[in-house]
Amino acid sequence: MAHFTKATSVKDWLNQRLAIDKVEKVMMSEYWIPKNINFLWAMGMVLVITFALLVVSGIFLLMYYVPTVEEAFYSVNYTIMREVDFGWLWRHVHGVAASVVFLIIYIHMFTGIYYGSYKKGRELIWVSGMLLFVAFSAEAFSGYMLPWGQMSYWAGMVITNLFSGGSLHADGLVEWIRGDYVPAQAFLGRFFMLHVLLIPLAILGLIGLHFGALRIPHVNNQDGEEIDFDKEAKKYLAGDKAGSKVMRFANDFMSKDMMVVGIFLVFFFYLVFWNYGFAMDPVNFDPADGLKTPAHIYPEWYFLWSYEILRPFSVDIGLIAFAFAQVIFVLLPWLDRSPNAVPANRRGLFAIWFWVMLVNLIVLTAMGKLPPEGMFSQIGFVSAILFIVQWLLLPIITMFEKKV
Amino acid sequence: MKNKEPLILAVVVIFSLITYYLVEPYAHHVMHKHVESEHFAYADLPALTPGGDAARGQELVMGAGACTGCHSIEAAGVPAAMEPQMAAASYGVNPPDLSNAGVVYDERFLADLIKNPTHALKVEHKYTEESGKTHPMAQFFGAGGDIDLEAADMVAYLKSIAVKAEDLTPKMAYENACGRCHAMSYENWTQIGEKGSFKFKKDELAFNIKVLEYEDSLKAYMGKLPPDLSMYIRSRGEHFVSTFVENPQSQLEGTAMPRVGVTAEAAEKVIEHMKDAGDTKRDERESIGMNVMIYIVIFAIFALLWKKQVWRDLH
Amino acid sequence: MENNSRRGFMGKAFGAVAAVGAIGSLFAMKKSWDPLPSVRSAGFTTLDMSTYEEGVMITEKWRGKPIFVLKKTAEMIKAEESDEAAKVRNIKIGNDNFMVAIGLCTHLGCIPAFRKEQNDFLCACHGGQFNASGNVTKVPPPRGFDIPPFKIDGNKLVLGEVGPEWQSMKDNGVTL
Repeated sequence: MAHFTKATSVKDWLNQRLAIDKVEKVMMSEYWIPKNINFLWAMGMVLVITFALLVVSGIFLLMYYVPTVEEAFYSVNYTIMREVDFGWLWRHVHGVAASVVFLIIYIHMFTGIYYGSYKKGRELIWVSGMLLFVAFSAEAFSGYMLPWGQMSYWAGMVITNLFSGGSLHADGLVEWIRGDYVPAQAFLGRFFMLHVLLIPLAILGLIGLHFGALRIPHVNNQDGEEIDFDKEAKKYLAGDKAGSKVMRFANDFMSKDMMVVGIFLVFFFYLVFWNYGFAMDPVNFDPADGLKTPAHIYPEWYFLWSYEILRPFSVDIGLIAFAFAQVIFVLLPWLDRSPNAVPANRRGLFAIWFWVMLVNLIVLTAMGKLPPEGMFSQIGFVSAILFIVQWLLLPIITMFEKKV
Repeated sequence: MKNKEPLILAVVVIFSLITYYLVEPYAHHVMHKHVESEHFAYADLPALTPGGDAARGQELVMGAGACTGCHSIEAAGVPAAMEPQMAAASYGVNPPDLSNAGVVYDERFLADLIKNPTHALKVEHKYTEESGKTHPMAQFFGAGGDIDLEAADMVAYLKSIAVKAEDLTPKMAYENACGRCHAMSYENWTQIGEKGSFKFKKDELAFNIKVLEYEDSLKAYMGKLPPDLSMYIRSRGEHFVSTFVENPQSQLEGTAMPRVGVTAEAAEKVIEHMKDAGDTKRDERESIGMNVMIYIVIFAIFALLWKKQVWRDLH
Repeated sequence: MENNSRRGFMGKAFGAVAAVGAIGSLFAMKKSWDPLPSVRSAGFTTLDMSTYEEGVMITEKWRGKPIFVLKKTAEMIKAEESDEAAKVRNIKIGNDNFMVAIGLCTHLGCIPAFRKEQNDFLCACHGGQFNASGNVTKVPPPRGFDIPPFKIDGNKLVLGEVGPEWQSMKDNGVTL
């Protein structure tokens, strides 16, 4: 056993047992961050704060929500919205945060793609991040079931039907997922469990992995510069704060994180109180009715692009294209054959690839919501093809990329 | 080195806004027909013949007009002849009590309704000759004089017995205009009236059975059970509800729902009541929203100041 | 050094602002734990006192708790003639005397059983006993049954509302 001495202070007592000084250095004060980064590097902290808002608001919703098909809609729209003091606030915060968190995830993700932050040494950051995206998607979907409105029910119906595998007719699998022939009590019960327990646990674990994967390679910077962190850290600690290329995570970068968080929260709370409609679809304020499909059904905005990749094709090809879209981003570190970990604008064809990808995803997102008729249908088809072709081209164009 | 942050921020904001515009305002514009409000003018109906007299109207309503054969007028001491579920079994829906009809409904609408119910209600598509169905409200063919003046007399009478416009509460407006077809469970409202509290389960069940009987008749009359409106202010929104009440056919062609014929003021009150049911905390949301915004702006300013201090040494 | 302390000051100021926000949200969280309005409004029960029979112990329900209602017989009234502690607990409705009390043992909250032969209550959990007026005759219970707030309204008793009779019982320490 380690040798313990009589503690001189509470801090010393804790230090002997938990090494809090060491932890503080590793995680905060001597976690070195390059100086040449911009506010996009604060999106991680914005996500942490948004996730915290989701957890806290979720706890209060959980106290009053009743996961039964008879009571779910009532418990949300009557008990929580009318009876519980500030229940409406928790619900609006939860709903808006669940939508906005995806906007930030997409910004975070495209920052990574633009600056090449998934290259050699940082693959695990990228993969754990993509797993987080999957986990958040599952969390969003399962949470969307819970108010048991029309959109909940029909989204549950449509998404679980994806697992029938088209011509494979794996109806047994679909029924197994639902625990019934249609989304009903068993379905609501298990998605409630997934939403409040299993997926949040997975998310917490993945966040740990994501942070851990970041510690050794350090964060990337906006100039694609190779930084000798040990040398620069020595310089900083010797007192040359201005001359060093790095800074402490806390308080140096943390202060900027908080500034960005502050600005983000102004935007966030504006949405919570005055512009929440985009995150709380009106159709879902009609109670679930298994005998009546709403005139327009569509997923939440953050799923629209992949939904649109499914939609223009016949059922089997659509499912294959959809599956392709789900996994392809994970493989980015290996599909990008160029070793250049520099911003996209210095990477020739890749710069075009990046902006076309971004714009195309926005087009797919828009077409995913618009009714699949006439021109919208054709644009959606072309966009979906373009998406797939772009990914097939990526290894080729990056293979011929010049070393910078 | 040049500061690229403003440019990056602009790119992020522009792409976010374009996405928002496309999936929200634009997509909804494409998906939903936009109907302009006509401000409850009922311009398709003829103006009321001037000179309507309440005393003559009373005689017509109680006598030749035969209104009280089906309608109760509690305010004038004419009670309902039967319980709502019995009335619905006979007529399809419980004929409304006319006590406050004069304040809830527009005068043009009332006059036209008396003379030609299916026209005023815009349900002529339901009562075609081929259908063989007739509207439960009998047409008034006149009592021997000028039929338009007689209708105006009756309208004048209904106005004279109704409460004053400012005394019409949102709840009354809803119950009069919508409440015989649409339940509102979050306000304890059923089509046969308010559901009180029952000491004995048996009494509650007896009440529920009356509601079910009423709903069965209503379903047969309307084709389907008109929905519970508790959350309609959130599921349809104020504009839709308002224009739909004004003219159901404009939003949903062929619907069995009749034109309601409410005045602009009564429509506002109906919507107010729907907000009380489905958006109860709207005022609290406004006021707490303001306080939170003030706080969060202060939070952001302090964060900015902190950052500036910390970063002074770093450059 | 001066620079350092100023930086520390801004950090602390920011921390203070954040703390204010945290406390503000704690207020909302506290309110979310409060009993719901529907729970509060359901906290009243009206008993029609003309329906009870003498000497028959009836259990009613008020705010989820059992309420013992015992209309006293002539013998019971005679038996407690010299017992002031018993008499002050009587609730008079017209010419009748009632024992109305929360039927939970004041020891640890079990429900004592009424024993008709002895006209008393025995708590099975720890052996506490109460007489027909609800006073303790055998420990461990520290005090007699608590009397719920009531208001007399003709021959009706409204539980949950505070009437002058109950107020005086409370002021005189007859009940908590």
